[in-house]
Amino acid sequence: MTTLTDPPTESFHLSQLIYDSRYRSMTIQVIALIGFVALFAWLISNTITNLEELGKDFNFGFLSVRSGYDINQRLIEYSSDSSHLRATYVGLLNTLLVAVLGCILATVIGVVVGVLRLSNNWLTAKLMTVYVESFRNIPVLLWIVAFFAVLTEATPAPRAFRGESPTASMVLNDSVAFTNRGTYIPSPTWGDGSLFVVIVFLLSLAGIWWFGRYAHKRQNETGEVLPTFWIKLAIFFVPMVIAYFILGRPVGLDYPALKGFNFSGGLHIRNSLLALWLALSCYTGAFIAENVRAGILAISKGQSEAASALGLRPSRTMNLVILPQALRVIIPPLISQYLNLTKNSSLAIAVGYMDLRATLGGITLNQTGRELECMLLMMGIYLIISLAISGSMNVYNNSVKLKER
Amino acid sequence: MSELSFVRTEMLSEQEPPLGERGVIKWMRTNLFSGWVNTILTIIAIYVLYSVLSHILPWFLNSIWRADSLTECREIRDALNNGEPSACFAVITERWSQLIFGFYPQDLYWRPVVAFVLLFVALAPVLYDTMPRKLFIFTAIYPFLMVWLIWGGSIWGPLMVIAGFGAGYLAYRMLASVNDLMATIAAFLAPVIWWLFLGGMVGDLLHSIIPIAIESVESKKLGGFTISVIIGISGIALSLPLGVVLALGRQSDMFIVKTMCVGFIEFIRGVPLITLLFTALLLLNYFLPKGTNFDVVVRVIIMVTLFSAAYMAETIRGGLAALPTGQYEAADSLGLDYWQAQRLIIMPQALKISIPSIVGIFIGLFKDTTLVIFIGISEMLGFTNLIRANTAWNGIYWELFIFVGLVFWICCFSMSRYSQWLERKLQTDHK
Repeated sequence: MTTLTDPPTESFHLSQLIYDSRYRSMTIQVIALIGFVALFAWLISNTITNLEELGKDFNFGFLSVRSGYDINQRLIEYSSDSSHLRATYVGLLNTLLVAVLGCILATVIGVVVGVLRLSNNWLTAKLMTVYVESFRNIPVLLWIVAFFAVLTEATPAPRAFRGESPTASMVLNDSVAFTNRGTYIPSPTWGDGSLFVVIVFLLSLAGIWWFGRYAHKRQNETGEVLPTFWIKLAIFFVPMVIAYFILGRPVGLDYPALKGFNFSGGLHIRNSLLALWLALSCYTGAFIAENVRAGILAISKGQSEAASALGLRPSRTMNLVILPQALRVIIPPLISQYLNLTKNSSLAIAVGYMDLRATLGGITLNQTGRELECMLLMMGIYLIISLAISGSMNVYNNSVKLKER
Repeated sequence: MSELSFVRTEMLSEQEPPLGERGVIKWMRTNLFSGWVNTILTIIAIYVLYSVLSHILPWFLNSIWRADSLTECREIRDALNNGEPSACFAVITERWSQLIFGFYPQDLYWRPVVAFVLLFVALAPVLYDTMPRKLFIFTAIYPFLMVWLIWGGSIWGPLMVIAGFGAGYLAYRMLASVNDLMATIAAFLAPVIWWLFLGGMVGDLLHSIIPIAIESVESKKLGGFTISVIIGISGIALSLPLGVVLALGRQSDMFIVKTMCVGFIEFIRGVPLITLLFTALLLLNYFLPKGTNFDVVVRVIIMVTLFSAAYMAETIRGGLAALPTGQYEAADSLGLDYWQAQRLIIMPQALKISIPSIVGIFIGLFKDTTLVIFIGISEMLGFTNLIRANTAWNGIYWELFIFVGLVFWICCFSMSRYSQWLERKLQTDHK
């Protein structure tokens, strides 16, 4: 005989909020949220009170006011009559310039050094180890200042290039001059019809892409392998060279030349940019080299053995088996290295490079006295840059990721 | 027929391998000249080595260690070395104390030195588990001892801070028998109340009764390598626990906690450290009630800690993600609660996996202490500028950079070596 009892009635005690695991997480979250909101409210109310006491308000109107300072390196039209917003924009472009240049060079250095460190050449491997260890273990700021000191102290002044027997001379067939005021390199000049050459250039890039897809498809269908490298090279060069000569060499080079006490013509790369670029690239390159090395080492030996058992040549083993797998390991840390490089570019202040921090967070901040607005804006911009980099690299990462079911 | 034999009957005596297959030549053939690519690489490497060393070695070997100014150095160089390039390390001989101690009063140099030596005593039980466990007591006291030694002042200040922890413990013990929850809350509240209201008063009182004090030194006198070590060590010690908490928060099931952790981590990781330092310098006055003013070194330590805690959280999250789910399930099936599971099962393994990256972050943090130069604290790099600003040493670069670089290199390289040793020691799988 069984006795049926009523199920225990649900009764709610306040202590259940803490001791019942069903409600506890909710309690903790509510407390955390309240604490968070209270903290923010406290900070904001403090800020409002403090701003009122200082007689300041919170608005971004100062951005449209005349800036009144010069920026020595600008990628767009700018003068001291331009607004603070324009100065910010100039600084942002300078930051992006050095970041992009740095990422490219750092990747090249990193891949070369990482691969060479694994080479069976003892001397090269040891040299690369010394390079990596010395750059990784010394602050980037020191490298930036040291590179800048090399460029400004160890290079001749422009006047050393003058006279009957100059003490300094230009290199690379009189086209590049290293001086303590910066490096002068030839700049391209765009004559009539150069637009056409550029269009041909872009078209041949598109052609290469299309041909790559076609060759891939053909290989999948018929198994025939086309000599893609040589054909792509031909598509790249032949139309462009033909267009260049038919149109009468519209794209030329403007060589820097000594005029008076300084060089004119050509492209003037300031030492600040050069030092920052080289230091950031070498520093980040050492980290990327380690990532590349780890990525290649992560591919098990069985993969390359299997590839040679299938009869693949060493170069094809590298291209078709090792690298595609190593890339998956390399890319996530590579993204964070790019981010680090971009953020480290804010150290430009040490060499007087006019980046975002020097314009918006430096002179504009000091002139207008609007610390709060300037810092918030600057952080926001850096945050957007970082998110954009990691977002776009994640898209790429997803495209090379192992497709799992 | 039978005497015609093509099979050798006696053994050949053992012979040395041919010249090309043994010793140095064999090594060189396999390691330096195994193919034409390899040979070219070797030649390039030798050329690079030669061109670097041929410039640096004579400069270094001719170096001058005793002089009062760069001009004097150059005179000595012209007289002794016939004007050949020579390093002038005399600047280090003369100014090394500034590079290491900053503007710290000279007669008090022993205090940072003692603090630095004791640092290793305090670190010993953390770094090597063969050390006696009792040393952990000293490790716990060390932070207060360091603050007292470096900044000086009355000994009752640090003691009152320690007493706050004692007050928390006492409150917990007294209420533990009554109600567990109340005891926990009291354990957090009691120290806060002590520090905010009572501690200062009691400290002053005790100081007037038993005055034990050493000469106090202001923060602005700190500099050079000392400030790097102070900020670096504090940041390292504080960012690891904070990073663990953030990583757990990010992994947690609680939506609001998770969102807050993600937001914090992504924000910190998205902005350069230098903007955070400027925030600490310029904006903290806006965010805090009027009149709150705390030491710039403390501000920097807080910012550096927050910065590396965000990176630490990401690293530890990687370690947590690398653990097989079986570990969590095994902990659950043993009946461990969340914190027990984290403490006994999950964290030891997750931290072990992420040792290399954690130490990488530590090294990064230590290198980043150079950035305080931008907010007006003269660490070593700042002092190279100050020394150059003096007419005697105007124009001297490489010797100072080499010194600073070497100091950082030694610190960071030994950290990375230690982490490799630890990794090997903790390795339990069979590779």
